[in-house]
Amino acid sequence: MNTNLALLLLSAPFLGFLLNIFFGSRLGKTVSGIIGTIAVAVSFAVTFYFFGAIAAIPEGIHISLFEWIQISNFKVDFGFQLDQLSVLWLLFVTGIGSLIHLYSINYMHDDENMHKYFAYLNLFVFFMITLVIGSNLLVMFLGWEGVGLCSYLLIGFWHKNQEFNDAAKKAFIMNRIGDLGLLIGIFILGMLFSTLDFATLKTAISGATDLNMYWLSVAAFALFIGACGKSAQIPLYTWLPDAMAGPTPVSALIHAATMVTAGIFMITRLNFLFDLTPDVQNIIAIVGAVTALVAATIGLVQNDIKKVLAYSTVSQLGLMFLALGLGAYEVAVFHVITHAFFKACLFLGSGSVIHALHGEQDMRNMGGLKSAMPITFATMLIASLAISGVPLFSGFFSKDEILLVAFHHNIPLWVVASIASIMTAFYMFRLMFLTFFKEFRGTAEQKHHLHESSPLITIPLIVLAFLATIGGLISLPGNSWLNEYLTPILPKLATAEHHLGTTEYILMAIAVIGGLVGIGIAYAKYIKQNAVPSEDAMITGFSKVLYNKYYVDEFYDTIFVKPVNFLSRFFRDTVESGLSALVFGFGKLTNEISYQGKKVQNGSIGLYLFAFVLGLCAIVSYLFLAQ
Amino acid sequence: MNNILNHIGIENYIFLSVILFCIGVFGVLYRRNAIIVFMSIEIMLNAVNLLFVAFSTYHQDAQGQVFVFFSMAVAAAEVAVGLAILVSIFRNLGSITIDNLKNLKG
Amino acid sequence: MSTILIIFCVLSAVTLATAFLTIFSRNPIHSAIYLVICFFSIAGHYLLLNSQFLAIVHIIVYSGAIMILFLFTIMLMNLNEEKEVHRPRITRLGAIVSFCLICLILIAIFINSKPIVGEYVTTGEDYQSIKVLGKVLLNEYMVPFEFASILLLVAMIGTVLLSKKEKLQK
Repeated sequence: MNTNLALLLLSAPFLGFLLNIFFGSRLGKTVSGIIGTIAVAVSFAVTFYFFGAIAAIPEGIHISLFEWIQISNFKVDFGFQLDQLSVLWLLFVTGIGSLIHLYSINYMHDDENMHKYFAYLNLFVFFMITLVIGSNLLVMFLGWEGVGLCSYLLIGFWHKNQEFNDAAKKAFIMNRIGDLGLLIGIFILGMLFSTLDFATLKTAISGATDLNMYWLSVAAFALFIGACGKSAQIPLYTWLPDAMAGPTPVSALIHAATMVTAGIFMITRLNFLFDLTPDVQNIIAIVGAVTALVAATIGLVQNDIKKVLAYSTVSQLGLMFLALGLGAYEVAVFHVITHAFFKACLFLGSGSVIHALHGEQDMRNMGGLKSAMPITFATMLIASLAISGVPLFSGFFSKDEILLVAFHHNIPLWVVASIASIMTAFYMFRLMFLTFFKEFRGTAEQKHHLHESSPLITIPLIVLAFLATIGGLISLPGNSWLNEYLTPILPKLATAEHHLGTTEYILMAIAVIGGLVGIGIAYAKYIKQNAVPSEDAMITGFSKVLYNKYYVDEFYDTIFVKPVNFLSRFFRDTVESGLSALVFGFGKLTNEISYQGKKVQNGSIGLYLFAFVLGLCAIVSYLFLAQ
Repeated sequence: MNNILNHIGIENYIFLSVILFCIGVFGVLYRRNAIIVFMSIEIMLNAVNLLFVAFSTYHQDAQGQVFVFFSMAVAAAEVAVGLAILVSIFRNLGSITIDNLKNLKG
Repeated sequence: MSTILIIFCVLSAVTLATAFLTIFSRNPIHSAIYLVICFFSIAGHYLLLNSQFLAIVHIIVYSGAIMILFLFTIMLMNLNEEKEVHRPRITRLGAIVSFCLICLILIAIFINSKPIVGEYVTTGEDYQSIKVLGKVLLNEYMVPFEFASILLLVAMIGTVLLSKKEKLQK
């Protein structure tokens, strides 16, 4: 029963993928969209079943389909593990996935390759489910690579635009660097423990007394590099803002809500390993905090509505990594969930705006959309309040817990995270004010066509806004359902204390005031002073550095891309021509020998007889006289 | 059963056969008349047959002689077919000089 | 020097000389005649080796059948006078060199293998009279014997087909 349902969970999106990729063009756009949506919705329904089922089975459901690899005592099963963590992930992957599929039916309706879009999207969901429910690192890696592939396909979905293709390649290559780290980590774990199964690893690691701490740390660090690549942390984050080249629902699903959280999932999954390596945890925390701050500062001055959201995503992911590094996995997971809600809502809202403006993404050409698009405005406002940490919205609870944890462990990290969250509030409301308030700054043509989007777009927005509002309920301070739920995965939680003292309240107040200050500054600047970000050429000073993203892309270009290009050119022009001359030389030599040898075969029997006799002599003397 | 091997060593026959065989080879290489080439081949065959018989006597085993018998049958067949081929070549080309047979070149 | 050795030497001399003459004579008819003599001397060797059956078969098959075939063919082609142009000197030189080479090599081989060939010992057993050979041939070698007959039949049919005058196509 469970096996069949798990297979259904997996096969529904895969079937959707097959149907769409092979028959999609014949089925018509709406039908292919409906197929895609239903496929994911089926998975969502099955997930609900499992959600109910594992309530009775705290240790989770383990399904082994077949033995995949067996070398000596090293054994890898192709199996699934449905426990609290993976079901939680499945819930929001398939749930938000269904909403975004629904949204895409309308959003992508003008695209000629809509069936391909849905095929890729379904494939993505399939791989994401594989990643989440894999019972060992190798199956997880399968999904990990698969989502990377789908991300590549969808970023470059409008492949006629070369810039988009470059963005897709950039994402793919950056992910490759991270994936190499992940692979190395997997190999080291396989070498140390002869198994890749999560459950076995857990018992092996927590039970062992004579662990090789050096290799364990190296493995944890390598895995963290993998997480860095997938979850866009410094130094591998630059692909995520560029990934906004893809269709907006893709940005919402893959590059905000689900795929980029894979790194957090992996680290949470292997929490028993990271708990043993405090050095790596420190690195994770610092990297997370720095990423949060750097991405937030860049986000302050971006003018592309999706770029702002992208940097906001990087920044929020940084906060999650900060929580992970401090050992507060449940807090990171909590923030992943709330972030998935409000960031998906924000992306979909921005998609609605872009759709209404026929592809316009620059906020300088927006404004005053509040009256034209009330639903979009309302939902985005709710999501912005949530991400800014305004009390009672979901983001408030999760972000506050991160800050709390940071404060308890390391004050400097808390300061950094707090600054980042103040900035978050600022740039989110900068986005809101520039987009929805004041006068419309676009063309008259655009203004004429302004309209609220169709229900297919607004319904997912409303649902997500609702979730972004109440999402915090799953983990209220002091009475956390999520913490209890995750206790089988994170045994530390059982003993943790949940009390709210004065310090906590003060911190909470500071965070709230910080958020409100951020909003206030944005209000003062963009509503009171009526400021509009200046044209690209007129940006000066530090904001120019920020606007150009600290020149990190240029830095990478100089450090890595150009030398590699130079090397490639060198090899192409110098080494390859030498090598090919060598190869061609062999060819020519053989040709020449054959051409000369051909003359021997002139049809003269006399000559053949001579050759025959001499050959006989040679063979006979070799056989009898050579010894 | 008295025979020559009671009086002289078998190596005399070996050398005789070898020289006879080499004369055959020489003939094949030296002459260009296909008939003579054919005759040289017969000489080579006979050289081998002679050695067979000599060793058969030496080992006092009838098998060598039986083999010679079969080889004679094969030689007869070969000569018959070969000469027939030569005749038809002669009819077509007007000569049986092997230098003219260059069709093997393909 | 015993009589038998003298006979051997004379026969060998005849064999080799006629073999050479077969190759060197300009007239193919002469070649054929020399070859007949060569075959007869080889039959003499068979007799010396006490294998009467083979000697007789050899005379019948080679001197009787094969050489007659050769002679007929030569006459059919009207080759009784020398038409052959001499081959270039390099070819003849090459032939002689090859001859010497293969001679040298084969003799070297047999000299090398001398130690294997031991003394000749007789057991007095009858192994090569016509009676014994007939039994061996028709018992042990029954099947090859039959195949030989099929081979000869096939050769005969082939020969007839080959030497039939081709019909004019046009």
